[in-house]
Parts: sequence; structure tokens; C-alpha cells
Amino acid sequence: MYKKSSPLVIIISYIGIALLYIPLLFIALFSVNANRHGQTWGGFTFDWYVKLFSNDLVQQATLNSIILAVTSTIIATVFGTLLAIGIHRTPWNKKIRSFFDYSINIPVVTPDILMAIALVTVFGLFRTFLPCFEPGMLTLIISHVVFQLSFVVLVVLGRLSSIPKDQIEAARDLYATTSGAWFRVIFPQLLTGIIAGALLAFTLSLDDFIISFFVSGPTSQTLPLYIYGSLKRGISPEIHALSTLVITLTLGIMLLTLFYNQKKSKGRNK
Amino acid sequence: MTKSKYEVFEGKLTTRAHMQRTGSLLSAPGMLTLLVFLLLPIAGLVVLAFMQRGAYGVIDWTPSLENAKRLLGFSSFGWSSDNLLIIGRSLLLATVTTLLCIAIAFPMAFWIASHKPSTRALLLAFVMVPSCTNLVIRTYAWMLVLGAQMPPTWIARAIGILGETETLYPGQFAVYVGMVSSMLPFSILPLYTSVERLDWRIVEATKDLYASPLRSFRHGILSQMTIGIVSSIILTFVPSLGMYVVSDLLGGSKYMLIGNLIQQQFGAASDWPFGAMLGIVLILASVLSLALLQKISKGKSYV
Repeated sequence: MYKKSSPLVIIISYIGIALLYIPLLFIALFSVNANRHGQTWGGFTFDWYVKLFSNDLVQQATLNSIILAVTSTIIATVFGTLLAIGIHRTPWNKKIRSFFDYSINIPVVTPDILMAIALVTVFGLFRTFLPCFEPGMLTLIISHVVFQLSFVVLVVLGRLSSIPKDQIEAARDLYATTSGAWFRVIFPQLLTGIIAGALLAFTLSLDDFIISFFVSGPTSQTLPLYIYGSLKRGISPEIHALSTLVITLTLGIMLLTLFYNQKKSKGRNK
Repeated sequence: MTKSKYEVFEGKLTTRAHMQRTGSLLSAPGMLTLLVFLLLPIAGLVVLAFMQRGAYGVIDWTPSLENAKRLLGFSSFGWSSDNLLIIGRSLLLATVTTLLCIAIAFPMAFWIASHKPSTRALLLAFVMVPSCTNLVIRTYAWMLVLGAQMPPTWIARAIGILGETETLYPGQFAVYVGMVSSMLPFSILPLYTSVERLDWRIVEATKDLYASPLRSFRHGILSQMTIGIVSSIILTFVPSLGMYVVSDLLGGSKYMLIGNLIQQQFGAASDWPFGAMLGIVLILASVLSLALLQKISKGKSYV
């Protein structure tokens, strides 16, 4: 369909794009604004970035965010991929299959705050007999795995269902063992899906605020929590610089995912 | 004749039970994580909601309907409309946000689909990418954009919708801008998917049968997009209902929403059972919308 859009449709679309991108552009602009109180332009500067790197609290929060995102992404990717394979290749009867489908879709449609209070409650219960469930890095990692998992499963399942089932039969006809067929025929094709799922999980972890807000402890502040905290304390221009860096990192990862998928799909068409 | 218990799976002669055993092992780590930390706790919240707060925030395990009554505004001091007002305000915010999002997302879906396929993928990515950046940061950015010395305020003052001393932020306008800006990508995605799948021959058929443009739109296009529209509404409405950060930052912490109230119960007030009761309102919203979606899509894929 190459129909020309009417002017009204185009105007509304540009308004939509503006609503999405104005905030990102403004933050970037303010991060290089020399005027401390922000509201007017005071010349170009990189001072806020320099100050940022000498701030211990920011460094600690950055480190926490990275540890959290990397650990939870690895766990969610492994668990999610196994779960997707387990759901896809097993001849489940209808009831079990729909139980799986519901379980995977529920975290996607549940509001963050509901997931947060469910997690707080279960950690509270576990804490009564296991002290390691005090709010901190462990509770943060578990929580992030819980909301990342569904997205990894959905992405990997999507990729799995695009791989024809007769490939594995062909591999077996050529005397491959089942595990050999999986590792040498299916897995290499699945890898794009797994990587896409992992990158999505990683950005979700960087982006999360509400769930982290509920389950983190005093020693496990992440970047979004630090930013929220400093908004309440009063704004300093270093926050603009920090936010710009976080946005750039996220956009970078998303572009990488896109580029990677594009390249792969071109390779398939040859 | 009895059926053999052996069947062929993946080119191998094996039993269904054996395949299911392997399947269970593969799914166990993921499913257990979901069950222990999310699905059972959500079910647990339903139980917790019918308990009470004891002394020092300890939970008193005697079942009662006290929290449901409190939710409806009855307390030992008589009836007050506070809680119902907060729920009503959250519902209103989520409804208006959803309507605004759909009003913008609907034309956008057609606009994206009007390009050639390679451009479409890029545009779609362009629209989705901002939602992957941090919500707190984006909301904070709107605080800057809508500040008193910024172009939007000048314009609003110049055309007279804003008095000389009034500001765009903090206030309801700022809250809606922030909400729409953060929910828009989720409204666009399902709508775009269904626009892309539209069978334009049906639209031509309505025109051949002399349908007016309006009827042609209703019966030719809208009727094919039911699933897309419903998923779009759900994906926007349900997260909006629990969202309180945007209103907190852009509304100047003036308006309590159900999210704030829940956060209070699990924070300062330390009244988990009542927080859980409020959570149930959200659970009901998600479960009802999921059931509605499944009923309408009847097994068709919807995202």
C-alpha cells in the first residue's frame, strides 16, 4: 500500500514524533548549557560531564546499574531461552500450553507497580526465614529477571516458530543425534533471536524505575533511582549530563539490535 | 486396536511422556522463577487483601472485609469519598490518556504504513526507540520543556490560552503531555500491525457497492482492525492505570493517584493488606482486559 496520506494524517504524525523526541533533544541540549540554572542558553560547555565523573555517588550508582543489568540479563536470557524451547518443542496438551501462554503474557500486561508489590510481599515473607532477602542487590536481580523473562521468551518463541520443523528431521535423516541437530542446526539460527531478546532485556533493566524503587535497599541505588532522588532534592546540571549518557547508551544498544537484525535478514534473502 | 505409545517427534521414535519430561526440565528454571516470584505472590496479594494491619505494621491474620470497606470509604470516622475519588481520578487519567494516544496513534499507523516496506521498518523503530529510554528522565525533560521561559509557554501566552502569570508546568496539561508522550509507542505498535495486514480489496469492494466514505471506513477498515484497536487500548490503558511517576513529577505532587496510594501503604503507612486491596483493583483491570482480548482475538495472534 503506497497510498499518499492526507495532510491532516501527516500533521498528526509529526506531532506524535515531536512528543516522543522533544524531551530527549532538550535533555541533550541542556547538558551542554553553561548556564547553571538552566532556563536560558549560556553558551556551550562540557563542564557538567567532567563534574559527573568526579561524583562518587554517580559512579557507585552507575556501577550498580551495570552489575544489575548484566547479571539479570544473563540469567533471564538463559532461563527464557530454555523455557521457550521447552514450550515450543514439547507436545503439551492444550490446557498446559494455555497455562504457559497465560503465565508468559501476565508479566507483560501487569502494571509495574503491581509486580513491585507482589515482589515486595514475597521478599518480605522469605525474609522471615532467610536473611539474604533483605532489600538489596539480590532482590533487585531477582525482580529484574522476573520482568525480563517474558520478553526474552516471546522474542525467542517468535524466532523458533519461524524455523521450519522439517529441518530437524532432515538433520536426523543425515544421522545427527537430537542434541547434535539442536546445537548445530537450530541453535545457530536461533542465536539472532536470543541476542535480540537479551538486548531488549538489558534496556528494560536500565529503564526500570518503579520496581527498583520498591525492592532496592540503601546500598543498592541504581541510576534511575539516583536521578529521581536528585529531582526531589533539587536539580543540578550534572543530572542532564548523566541522563544524556544513559539515553545515548540505550539508543546505541537499540540501534545495534536493529542493525544486527537488518544484516541477518538480508543474509537470509540471498 | 490400541494406539501405540510410540510416536515420531523431531524424526525420532519416542513417547509423548518422554518428550514432556524433557520439556518440563527445560521450562523448569523459567517457570519456577515466574511462579515463585510473580504468579503465586499475585495470588497471595488477593489473600493478603482480606487480612488487616496489626500493631507496628505486623500483619494480623484474621480474615475480614475491613479493607474492602475502607476502599469504598467507610472507616471508624464515618464515610469519606477520598479513596473513591483517587480511584476515579486514576481511571479518568488512564481513560483520557488512552483516548489521546489512540487519536494520535491511529493516523500515525496509517502514515507509517503508507511508506515503502524498508522505510516502514525504520519509522517503526524510530517510534519505538524513545520508549526504551528511562521514564524518569523523559518526564524530567518535560519539566524543562514546559518551564516558564520556554517556547511552549510563550506561544500559549501569545495566543491567550494562558494568563501572564499562569504556567504550563506544574498542572494537568503537563501531566497529559507526559502521559501521552510515554504511552504513545505502545498504542502505535498493535495498530500498525493491523493496518499492515489490512485487506484493501475489502475496502475496494465497499466502494464498488457505493458505500459512502464513512461507511466504507467503518465496514471496510475499522471492522478489520478490531484486534489491533483492542490491543492498543489495553497496552495503553493498563500501564496508565498504575502509573504515578509522571503525575508526581509533572503535576507538582498535588494529585493522589492509586499508584501513590499503593506506594504509601508499602512505604510510610506500612499497611500491606490495604495496599494489596488496592493492588486487586489493578489486577482486576489487567485480568479483565486480557480476557477481553483473548475473547475478541479468539486465538489469532495479536501483537
